[in-house]
Amino acid sequence: MQSVATPTKNLETIALKVREHIIKMSTDGGCFVGASLSAADLIVYLYAEFLNINKHNLDDPNRDYLFLSKGHDVPALYGTFAELGLLDPERLKNHLSVNDNIYWHPNTKIPGIEFHSGSLGHLPSVAIGVALDLKIKGSTNKVICIMGDGELNEGTCWEAVLVANAYKLDNLIFVVDRNQFQANMATEDLIPLEPLHDKFTAFGAAVKRINGHDFDALHNAFSAYPFETGKLNVVIADTVRGKGLPSIERRADRWFCNFNASEVNDLLKELHGEHLTQLTSETLVVR
Amino acid sequence: MTYEELLTEIALSDERFIVMTAENRALVRNIPGKLGNRFIDTGITEQTMIGAAAGLALRGRIPVVHALASFLSMRAFEFVRTDAGIPNLPIKLSSFIPGFLSDGNGPTHQALEDISLMRGIPNMTVFAPADEDDLVKMLPQIWNHPGPSYVRINTCKTAHTHTPFELGKAEIISTGDDVTILTYGLLFEQALIAVEILKNEGLSVGLVNMRSLKPVDERAILEATRNSSLTVTLEDHFLTGGLYSIVAEVLLKHGLTANVLPFALNERWFKPTLLPNVLQHEGFTGKQIAEKILGYKTFYRQPEMAVPQFSE
Repeated sequence: MQSVATPTKNLETIALKVREHIIKMSTDGGCFVGASLSAADLIVYLYAEFLNINKHNLDDPNRDYLFLSKGHDVPALYGTFAELGLLDPERLKNHLSVNDNIYWHPNTKIPGIEFHSGSLGHLPSVAIGVALDLKIKGSTNKVICIMGDGELNEGTCWEAVLVANAYKLDNLIFVVDRNQFQANMATEDLIPLEPLHDKFTAFGAAVKRINGHDFDALHNAFSAYPFETGKLNVVIADTVRGKGLPSIERRADRWFCNFNASEVNDLLKELHGEHLTQLTSETLVVR
Repeated sequence: MTYEELLTEIALSDERFIVMTAENRALVRNIPGKLGNRFIDTGITEQTMIGAAAGLALRGRIPVVHALASFLSMRAFEFVRTDAGIPNLPIKLSSFIPGFLSDGNGPTHQALEDISLMRGIPNMTVFAPADEDDLVKMLPQIWNHPGPSYVRINTCKTAHTHTPFELGKAEIISTGDDVTILTYGLLFEQALIAVEILKNEGLSVGLVNMRSLKPVDERAILEATRNSSLTVTLEDHFLTGGLYSIVAEVLLKHGLTANVLPFALNERWFKPTLLPNVLQHEGFTGKQIAEKILGYKTFYRQPEMAVPQFSE
């Protein structure tokens, strides 16, 4: 297991780069920038520190698995892959290009993406299938499924928790990107999820709730894996939608964004703390 | 050999096979004890079962999954399409009590659009054996074929002995100049009865057991429509999207038309009752089929039919 002390500074540097990639992808068609920014630290931490996944073992049955179920946060994954050497950073310029396969939801034509997603509530069960096979074989690989909090509206997420509990899948970690928003509004204003910790506990999971932007907190939580023998692990990562860009943080209307070129330049400066961006581009309502 | 014996034999000889069910154990009662942790019952969660099957298939497994036909094909449809169809994974769907086989359950359990839905999924293959003998002859190839499959499980016994199965090929039982009946699944037995009656009435009659609905045997369809004055499509499925539609698609693709009489359920569900009564009530007994083709009543007696034992 990795040490708790050293990695943090490096991770912050990587995460900042990943956020730059996300912002650069939020133009010329745009992307789900808010959800990507909330999940960025989580995804960076997991790939850079926790998971046994690298460009040399993507087909190795002994690798760990990460499934991105919320899917529309895939710019954070592309950015992480670019920074960790799994994907040529130049390819990110092909976002939405007909000549590449880098689009709004994950697909397996990108090396390192284990399964396509976009339809919510699917990958918890796919992750269960992988975890079941590892249990049958007695393998010790870890399996992670990142879900959105809005995604938890889908009944199949809860079916999956029931089944993971029944099969005592302590090799499986469900991570909830708890950014407090679903597509159009705050989760608590539409389909309230709280008390979320208690819900998962009642379903038989071993739950940790942490600040999803604090690398030390992430490291402490994941270092405790498996949380409890025979129990599904759940990490509720409290995050901020749009994290890193105060001008869009926690804004219900900034879910999918298609910024113009000058806004992208301003947002990149805003990311580095230079100023606040005056956004003029239209707020897109996708759903 | 029964379905369960075949599945047990194949799964025991090949570690890749995983037997799954969404708590529909009728076909796999004795398998848990034999397969141990390669038997997985996800409870009444058809969607989660399919998703988990996809995860297992990612790891090189071949999951054979069981649920009632209507829930497997409809409740879990989007999971089948998205998690088996898009990645073209070898998830093998065994659909229990499809079509008329749901007999007394009622319309919730009547899968009469499953062929239509499943064949609409890219990469999916679709099969409907005529009886248990046909079933065990077809399944080894289907299960060893790469990619997902949907099979209308039919364990009814008939007196017929089938020829070896070839994927994508129909079984030509007989050919005839006047009428050819194209059918699949449990109505094959009634088609045999109808053929006997029609032959006794002096007609030259062909019979084709379609077996493989996707890929479909286009040649069998084209030969039937070319060689016979009348082609009959006989199926326990809605008129839309099943064999009648398949025949229409094949003919149109080849710039042809034909004289086709469909037996199917047109915009309605069937009367829930025991299987022999379903057939009688809906006009699908061999005698009723023959008389509709002939256009007159006959003196033939409809043979008794065994009532399949229903169990969840």
